[in-house]
Amino acid sequence: MTTPMTTLTAATRTKVLQRQGAAVALVLMVAVSWLVFPRFGSLDNLRDLALQGSFLAVIALGMTFVIITGGIDLSVGSLYALGGVLAAWGSQYGFLVALALPLLVCGLIGLINGLLIARTNMAPFIVTLASLLFARGLLLAITDEGANTYQIPPDSAFVELGRGTVFGFGYPIFIAAVLCVLGGMILNRTSFGQNVFAAGGAEQSAILMGVPVAKTKILVYTMSGTLAGLAGALTAAYLQSGVTVIGVGTELDAISVVVIGGTLLTGGMGTVLGTVIGVGLIKVIQNVINQIGTLDSNYQSVVSGVFLLVVVVLQRILRR
Amino acid sequence: MTLTATRTRWLQDNGVYVAVVALLLFNALFTANFLTLGNFTTQLVQAAPVLIVALGMALVIGTEGVDLSVGAVMALAAAIIPLYLGAGPLVAITMALVVGLAAGAFNGFLVAEVGIQPIVATLALLVGGRGLALVIAEGQLVQLHDPAFLALGTGDVLGIPISVLIAVLLAVVVAGLTNRTTFGRQLVAIGGNRKAATLAGLPVNRVLVGVYAICGVLAAVAGVLATSRLAASDPADMGLLMELSAITAVVVGGTPLTGGKVRVLGTVMGVVLMQLVRATLIKHNLPDSIAQMIQAAIIIAAVYVARERR
Repeated sequence: MTTPMTTLTAATRTKVLQRQGAAVALVLMVAVSWLVFPRFGSLDNLRDLALQGSFLAVIALGMTFVIITGGIDLSVGSLYALGGVLAAWGSQYGFLVALALPLLVCGLIGLINGLLIARTNMAPFIVTLASLLFARGLLLAITDEGANTYQIPPDSAFVELGRGTVFGFGYPIFIAAVLCVLGGMILNRTSFGQNVFAAGGAEQSAILMGVPVAKTKILVYTMSGTLAGLAGALTAAYLQSGVTVIGVGTELDAISVVVIGGTLLTGGMGTVLGTVIGVGLIKVIQNVINQIGTLDSNYQSVVSGVFLLVVVVLQRILRR
Repeated sequence: MTLTATRTRWLQDNGVYVAVVALLLFNALFTANFLTLGNFTTQLVQAAPVLIVALGMALVIGTEGVDLSVGAVMALAAAIIPLYLGAGPLVAITMALVVGLAAGAFNGFLVAEVGIQPIVATLALLVGGRGLALVIAEGQLVQLHDPAFLALGTGDVLGIPISVLIAVLLAVVVAGLTNRTTFGRQLVAIGGNRKAATLAGLPVNRVLVGVYAICGVLAAVAGVLATSRLAASDPADMGLLMELSAITAVVVGGTPLTGGKVRVLGTVMGVVLMQLVRATLIKHNLPDSIAQMIQAAIIIAAVYVARERR
């Protein structure tokens, strides 16, 4: 009995350390930025920061679930763009269509991802790579090969969803926050959440123990697709149009923040809170680089890459 | 083994060849001006950089890894070229290859010595590498005029483009490396079961660093050739999404993502197949949207046929 208990404690300790590592880094980053850049702490900047982070957080929330099951979802960047275009196109038929259409279509593509992965034993990497292409193709097909950018009527109620504010903080921030709290509770307090961990921790044992692994996988990919579509819809509402060129490489941003947040790509371990902290870190870094006006904007990706590297190397060393 | 099982097995192993032959036949019959030397040359020249990258990718995937940074390494190679072209094309090319080698070895170090998962280890360079290339190039596209350097991308020997010759030569070298050397056998053994390979006393870390370094150099070669053909150093667009094309070609060619097997000829055929698909769609005036969706369907179909049964 002692051996499993010790492993458990060690694992828990590592988990806590990893999670707090990212949190400590975030607190430090914010504190330093606040002191060095006077504009960083201004309410306007913080509002902007939170809004920018909220779209990514919605996508990364779905990615967190997928990665905990030991999978990966490369299609979210394309689905994000597709969701935005569908929302903008649908807005001419009213609020409900503008919101429901992207969720349904992107959710359906996520469902197909899940079915292919769970039922045919194909690698998540390659299945979702194919749907990355497919979704981008679909987007081009409905936008006249990308030439047509659908506009959302400025007086439409749908625009309010992206541009409305409470105390100056945009609605998307609250939507993302509610979803992340819900996601965290689902992951940690429901049997579905337990199944997600079980599917990624030890798939064969989970199947033998009667965990509905296939069903769980289908659900997480459906969820990931739906959330990417929602993030696209929110972005379209905010931009008041369905921009066709967004979302290229967004899947990599989402994977990065999930990994920075301490969720292991091998599956079986991870937290929503970590992902939110990861989003915060990446967005603070980007924001700070923007504050240094003289710095080439290309440094953003260099710094993000170096940061990702430092975090994963540290995680690896901590785990030893 | 029943007849059906044998047939399935055969299709699993040879599906990509069947598909290539079928597409060639289709085009020979239904596509105007397809069976011309000019068209074949164009197709091969376009496919050469993808093939060179895919060869390295096949080796990495054989070790149960993946290298997402190949496109970024191509961009880095492109950014390096104009810096040293003044000292002669040989110096510039050497510097670009050295950078590719260093980038690959760094990936290998992270995977082998630090023990980071290949996706994450190479993701860092994918995110940062292109940015670094753009910083080096100060975000500029640089036109290149050195005739010796440009000959690499546009010249030919006995009518065969130099870049195609290099790609074929490298395919032969990589095939030899995989099938006829200790290094190749060790690589496959590591991909099949890394723990067992370690316990058997194989130099696992050294082989892994070597494999990623080879992949980095090959990506740099592709970057050099593509830059020469473009007659410009364009780090913003060079090799964009190349990692996806290369991985697709390798997987369509029958190398499983689970490692333990490298099919070099299959990879060549995978590149040829994807190039043929693209050419067919373009020649029949199908828009990009339909082309991408059909490519997605082909990837799924190929992987479905080749998948390991539970």
